[in-house]
Amino acid sequence: MSLLTVQNLQQHFPVRGGVLRRSVASCKAVDGVSFTLGEGETLGLVGESGCGKTTLGKAIVRLLKPTSGKIEFDGQDITHAGIGALRPMRRHVQMIFQDPAESLNPRHTVRDILEEPFIVQKMGTKDERRKWVLDLLDKVGLPATATDRFPFEFSGGQRQRIGIARAIALKPKLIVCDEPVSALDVSVQSQVLNLLLDLQREMGLSYLFIAHGLSVVKHMSDRVAVMYLGKIVELAPAEELYHNPRHAYTKALLDAIPVPDPAKRRRRELLQGDVPSPINPPAGCAFGHRMKHPKWEQSVNMDLTLREVSPGHLVQPCPCCMD
Amino acid sequence: MSDAYESRTGILPVTSEPGILPGAADADRMPVSPATGGRPILQVRDLVTAFDTDAGRMTAVDGISFDVPSGKTLGIVGESGCGKSVTAFSITRLLPQPHGKILGGSIRFEGKELTTLPLEEMQKIRGNDISMIFQEPMTALNPVETVGRQLAEAILLHTECSKADVLARSIDMMIKVRIPAPEQRLNEYPHQLSGGMRQRMMIAMALINKPKLLIADEPTTALDVTVQAQILELIADLQKEMGMSVILITHDLGVIAEVCDEVAVMYAGRIVEQASVFDLFANPRHAYSQGLLESIPRLDSKPKTLLKAIPGNVPGIADFKPGCRFAERSGREHSQAHLTNRPSFVEIAPSHFVENCPICVA
Repeated sequence: MSLLTVQNLQQHFPVRGGVLRRSVASCKAVDGVSFTLGEGETLGLVGESGCGKTTLGKAIVRLLKPTSGKIEFDGQDITHAGIGALRPMRRHVQMIFQDPAESLNPRHTVRDILEEPFIVQKMGTKDERRKWVLDLLDKVGLPATATDRFPFEFSGGQRQRIGIARAIALKPKLIVCDEPVSALDVSVQSQVLNLLLDLQREMGLSYLFIAHGLSVVKHMSDRVAVMYLGKIVELAPAEELYHNPRHAYTKALLDAIPVPDPAKRRRRELLQGDVPSPINPPAGCAFGHRMKHPKWEQSVNMDLTLREVSPGHLVQPCPCCMD
Repeated sequence: MSDAYESRTGILPVTSEPGILPGAADADRMPVSPATGGRPILQVRDLVTAFDTDAGRMTAVDGISFDVPSGKTLGIVGESGCGKSVTAFSITRLLPQPHGKILGGSIRFEGKELTTLPLEEMQKIRGNDISMIFQEPMTALNPVETVGRQLAEAILLHTECSKADVLARSIDMMIKVRIPAPEQRLNEYPHQLSGGMRQRMMIAMALINKPKLLIADEPTTALDVTVQAQILELIADLQKEMGMSVILITHDLGVIAEVCDEVAVMYAGRIVEQASVFDLFANPRHAYSQGLLESIPRLDSKPKTLLKAIPGNVPGIADFKPGCRFAERSGREHSQAHLTNRPSFVEIAPSHFVENCPICVA
């Protein structure tokens, strides 16, 4: 049984305008997303900015109230659960944020930050908690002397380690990693990625790994989902997706990655235009619409539910983009 | 500057024939074929740039030397705080005042010394012969003026031009940077444009006076990969068309591999290695360049395997050592002498330069 099941999840935001601030349109940030995530598995989520990947992550940890659809965690429907009902679940679902400088309270010492999850969950005595904090620091490779220092005293990579320590404090089952290394220096990125891999092996964690760097996502994930304008257009095992992409958008994304090897330079097929706005998205296949594909109109009245083309490889079956 | 200059001439590439500097002689600035190259358009020697702070003088760029070959692209790669942006601001003399100072060395642009040039002279060069593109177009563009006015300002600062000419040149340039419907865009404000369009506007402003040298400081860091690919290709195409030289500053080795001819790797205020892009990626000699290349995840690496990480953190400017600065992260034993004496910058193979710490360059 899978740890997390997401069915046809929609997260819309009202766009307000006019004098009375009425809702004049809706921003369909996540527009019908379905996937499952198994125990100990990593699902990578890639897409350009504005495609809804962060919103999806926030909806899953229930920092947002989903518009419709269903989120099931560990056999329990948490789509519309209230704060009280969510608290026991929150022990098992944690999040790591992109910018550790902004997600750590600057006025709290590292001990305060790492003790807080235990206090919220009413766990342990003061002495026990202090011991747990030291264990956490050790686990993420920070010295015990860090406890009485403030976040600003640390470098970016060390701060992200504090963020990770906080996320693993309650021994969760699932961690949503929202661009965990994009704010870090290149030489520090690999340290943090290694730490995440180590922790996963040690604690049997599942990750929803959100990033825009495709090479990073491929390195970290078992399966990868490609999002475009609020929808998943392709989902496949990592190697399969990179070697045998079936959707035109996935191909375009892969083609755009700069390859760190000058011997492999090539003239690319460039994707034109920018990512369209999720406010009033086009009907049918949004990517076919952006590419002005002649077959796009056929996709308008089609059922675009993902179709399995080979074992575990799902593609949005629009005539314009799937080959 | 003569002493410093002499001390380096022996080890830096002596450029080919003393031919005419492309672009200098003819007013039309004929495009130079990248293949012929020619003599460097910019020569930096022993540049030292420092900031005076409450905590004392911080040397952000500590004696670096490099050439920008005419018509080619030099990539400067390094992590945050290594001094790559400060190098760019030193060349354009845009260091924050009054704290930022060029303390030594020379920057010669087409044979003209820039470090001591009077401000008015520098203003004639900046935006005209040397232009710059910045990382975040939203903060570099003026939010309360239309992009058309900002483009016109760039023209009128350097040439006297009729209104009709300004408009014609603006639209011409916007077509060149592939902005659709330029006439309408001219009257829009930066916030009405997408990130990619804003960066195109920045490029249009930088290139409108046909500069000989373009300095692009992380031009694609704030953009998505698909838009990044568009912008990089645009810069390369315009470079070919206009025959300009480019300094591309980035932290992304992928971007370097895709577009640069020459690469300088900076670490902690110094260049630790410089070579042609093929040389550097095929045969990195300094432990830092090697570590950097090994630590990045690649599309062909095996998923969920541990990466070869460089231990430790990027040193802060206050912790810069006099000797080899990569010593403590290299995982190799350095003697006290290596930590106190600055390694010399030598040509270890033809046109391949390295900061020759005997431990880091094994």
